[in-house]
Amino acid sequence: MFAAPGQPRAHWRYLHNALEQLQLPELQARQLDARRLLREDGASYNVYGDPTGMGRPWGLDPIPLLISSEEWSSIETGLIQRAELLNLILADIYGPRELVRKRLLPPQLIFDNPAFLRPCDGISLPGQHQLTLCAMDLARDDQGQIWVTSDRTQVPSGLGYALENRTIMSRVLPSLYRDSHVHRLALFFRTLRNTLGQLCRRESEDPRVVLLTPGPRNETYFEQAYLATYLGYNLVDGADLTVRGGRLWLRSLGGLEPVDVVLRRVDDTYCDPLELRKDSYLGVPGLVEVARRGKVAIANPLGSGILENAALSAFLPAISKHFLGQALRLPSAPAWWCGDDAGLRYVLEHLDTLVIRTVRKRPGEHPLFGNRLNAAERQALADRIRKTPELFVGQAQLSASKIPTLTAQGLEPRSGVMRTFLVARDDSYVAMPGGLTRIAPDSDSLLITNQMGALSKDTWVLASEPEKQDSRLQTIRVDHSTEAYSGLPSRAAENFFWMGRYAERAEFTLRMLRTVTASITDPDPRGSQLEQQHHLQVMLHTVNLITGFKPVNAQALNGSPQTELRRVLVDGRRGGSVHANLAALLNASDFVRDRLSADTRQVLSDLLDEQTALTTLPEDTLDGLGQHLNRIIKSLMALSGLTQESFVHGPGWRFLAMGRRIERGLMLITLIRASLSSAQTTTPESSVIDGVLSVSESLMIYRRGYQTRQGLEQALELLLLNQDNPRSLIYQLTEIGHHIERLPAEEGEHHLRPEQRSVLEATTLLQLSELKQLSAVDEQSGRRQTLDQTLERIAYLLRGTSDALTARFFTHLEDQHQLSPSSAEEIE
Amino acid sequence: MKYRVSHRTHYKYPQAVVTCYNEAHLLPRDCVGQTCLQTRLSVDPLPTDYRERQDFFGNTTTYFEIHRPHQELTITAVSEISMGGTPPQLEFGSPTTWEQVRDKLKLDQAPDDPEALQFTMDSRRVRASADLLQFAQPSFPPARPLIEGVKDLIGRIHGEFTFDPQFTEVTTPLSEVLKHRRGVCQDFAHLAIGALRSLGLAARYVSGYLETRPPPGQEKLVGADASHAWISVYLPNTGWLDFDPTNNLDSMERYITTAWGRDYSDVTPLKGVIYGGGKKHQLNVSVDVQALPD
Repeated sequence: MFAAPGQPRAHWRYLHNALEQLQLPELQARQLDARRLLREDGASYNVYGDPTGMGRPWGLDPIPLLISSEEWSSIETGLIQRAELLNLILADIYGPRELVRKRLLPPQLIFDNPAFLRPCDGISLPGQHQLTLCAMDLARDDQGQIWVTSDRTQVPSGLGYALENRTIMSRVLPSLYRDSHVHRLALFFRTLRNTLGQLCRRESEDPRVVLLTPGPRNETYFEQAYLATYLGYNLVDGADLTVRGGRLWLRSLGGLEPVDVVLRRVDDTYCDPLELRKDSYLGVPGLVEVARRGKVAIANPLGSGILENAALSAFLPAISKHFLGQALRLPSAPAWWCGDDAGLRYVLEHLDTLVIRTVRKRPGEHPLFGNRLNAAERQALADRIRKTPELFVGQAQLSASKIPTLTAQGLEPRSGVMRTFLVARDDSYVAMPGGLTRIAPDSDSLLITNQMGALSKDTWVLASEPEKQDSRLQTIRVDHSTEAYSGLPSRAAENFFWMGRYAERAEFTLRMLRTVTASITDPDPRGSQLEQQHHLQVMLHTVNLITGFKPVNAQALNGSPQTELRRVLVDGRRGGSVHANLAALLNASDFVRDRLSADTRQVLSDLLDEQTALTTLPEDTLDGLGQHLNRIIKSLMALSGLTQESFVHGPGWRFLAMGRRIERGLMLITLIRASLSSAQTTTPESSVIDGVLSVSESLMIYRRGYQTRQGLEQALELLLLNQDNPRSLIYQLTEIGHHIERLPAEEGEHHLRPEQRSVLEATTLLQLSELKQLSAVDEQSGRRQTLDQTLERIAYLLRGTSDALTARFFTHLEDQHQLSPSSAEEIE
Repeated sequence: MKYRVSHRTHYKYPQAVVTCYNEAHLLPRDCVGQTCLQTRLSVDPLPTDYRERQDFFGNTTTYFEIHRPHQELTITAVSEISMGGTPPQLEFGSPTTWEQVRDKLKLDQAPDDPEALQFTMDSRRVRASADLLQFAQPSFPPARPLIEGVKDLIGRIHGEFTFDPQFTEVTTPLSEVLKHRRGVCQDFAHLAIGALRSLGLAARYVSGYLETRPPPGQEKLVGADASHAWISVYLPNTGWLDFDPTNNLDSMERYITTAWGRDYSDVTPLKGVIYGGGKKHQLNVSVDVQALPD
């Protein structure tokens, strides 16, 4: 940043002045804003091997890295040259292999490298580029020279985070951003989208591109969902796709839909359990074969991880001369491969100044910094290198220049790495004007990875003059508004459905708990102590039935049920608890992240916080519990309101709504059967009825609407048959029926489908019921037989509806096995 | 000499397999001294998709998918092969020492087979080790011609190791084979390959069939023949020479090659991913090699 002490470089001057004016407290306030916005977007990074590592908030430092327009143009030229070179190398490695034949590349680096995928030999993408997208990490040394420290060619990550950083920065420091004339990123993403579209070999107006994710537990899932939304692609995992007849298909609600292009985030070898890693469950069997036939384009192509070999950079200068007749414009950090004698000698003699990397990087493996090792460690490393020299590479350790970073104490210099991105276009590459800068977690750290807690920065390439507005971010969105069932992956529909069910189950359980705790802390004064206790017993029994928690026994009743009630709330290990239901809701919503609005994601992120907060509740007391319950109920209501009001009423919403209605119906039935099907002969039923009505949000209308006559019949009318009460059973059934009518039908289908049949029977059964009969008590058993049996049948039909929907629309994968030869087949 | 080979693989599953994807190395390739006259793979039930191609090593590879529920799967490969020409076994008198071969492989800037070098490197099932090197060394004293060394090594494996189908499984590691001195042809091939690679030599795994002649006066039993495996060693400027550590025969005339690769995993006869099928399947393989009148 500084040319000399106190003398900021020219292009930093504006920012420097602006920061000085803002002052530290204000900057820190902006940083808090950024943190809040990131949290609301659910921007996160999953850290492996750490139980608290899932969903770690994405860290953004509000001081951007600035690059002047002149310097950027020279960097850009170098990046483009390098991308072209890597593309030629990739095409050669999986093609003529001239580089190996001419020994411009040592054969070991190809043939003895698990990243070289023989099944992918000879597969090529249409057009001039094999390498569609790549990322390169740059570092500046203290002399100002920029070096490439690594290449990412397999599933380059960071694009989505760069975009998110930019979005946040433009909101947190709007005037600074506006006045700095920063190059915009939108054009790059549009190019990416065009390039991917052109990979489709089919004559099609509308090629189908999907983004293949390893799933929500992957470290960069956030950005995968973010990118899918931004680019308008379906976010799919391996199970959403299938190979049939030599083509790749998306399992959608409307049946199988052809897929033309896969933008993948699944690593090379995990993409196909048939021809690549057979223990992979993230891929699609047959994918390599489909790519081989040219029926699907995969970006980047399978096998492109071969270019990530740290030893490659040692050979790039010569290869550049060979292919391009040019020297590298942007040098790689000097590297020596130990597989040749000269390289080995150099590395062993200079261990203390080198970063040692391995040729076959394993997950979780980090480079070793020679200068951080003591003599014994260095000796041990040297021994390891001597044993299998061809597996090691020494890379010059750059003394990185520092970038100002905001800390609690003020601005501090930290070393940083800038990730740049390139995408193929026509006969060359386009570099993203900007990138993702990551800085060391502390002033001493040499290693900069997100897994180790690095912070990120936005990267501003300053335009020499304001950019024209037409390159503004234009969000590209798929039109989810029509009832395009064909576009919705079955698994997305399934997750929407379960989102609805779990949200409702959590909400219902919470209301139940609220009513029960109220009757403990504030019993109905109208009843005797015995009646109060009896009432409590009925309510606790209902809690058991709803949550599957068993039992809140007599002992708990005699003593205090607090502990057990608390467990119903917080015990995440037991299905049926509020904690577990919220977890299941959040899990299902993770899979459809890319289809949720920003507000919805924010509510979900609040729910996650509240779920986490549950575990900190004090034991053995109900104090303060009510507040907690209310807060979660409120968030769930917000979720329900958002899905109703700001969610396009397309197929995804329809499944969510059906899930919610089915669950609400089932919960209501359980509640009524548990509390009201046995007639209370000894005590007045009024307090139990009040409890039931209160759980189902109908108490107020009951008191208001039936001032003169209150009793079981009126309550049942309200809970079961009232068409205007959105909590009544008939309301749920009617709604489910409407939704089912709108589901896609098979052609020439004239008979009722199973789900229609179930709902029709349930609705009719309920409509034909008479309140008098429902309330009637069988003298012998003391039970309300008609009520009980009617509701039992309706519950059965509702479950049948759910099963029928599952069978018809969701993906049912049988277990995947490897057909392996047993010893019987063994050759002799 | 002409042969007809039929190789039938039969799977039986306790529950229906809904979908399967398979890759087979069951159709013999052409190579020096061998021409595949006709060859056909039939699959029952009929596959939805079927394609043959050449894999990385030039082997004929078959891909097929089945998308209808089935509890049995039968794959039958029938091939007619003509054996003739002169295999380069004549080079047995080659004076090239094993060190010369090793150095040429490593240093030659313009080798006649630029990809031979990959067969000196570790592969999934065969990894060079100090034990394998130690095992190889007695056969390769300094300056011994390569061919002599290999013949000696093959002879030792044949002599010192016991053929024992009960001992090994597909997954038995090489170190166990070396330790217990037992195994089947696949293990012996891997062992020989590992020993040669430990010296820096190039060796590959060959899968195929060996016609077994019945004792005089008896008719050959159908099904008595089996898939077989042996090795091939690279001699620069000459090519690849076959050796059979299991039988140590002088003549490789009656060996019919199906496919070759770095080890068994490159040429697995049949592999696949199946959905459904239940826990344990039954597998039945029968092979028949018949000599045909010319």
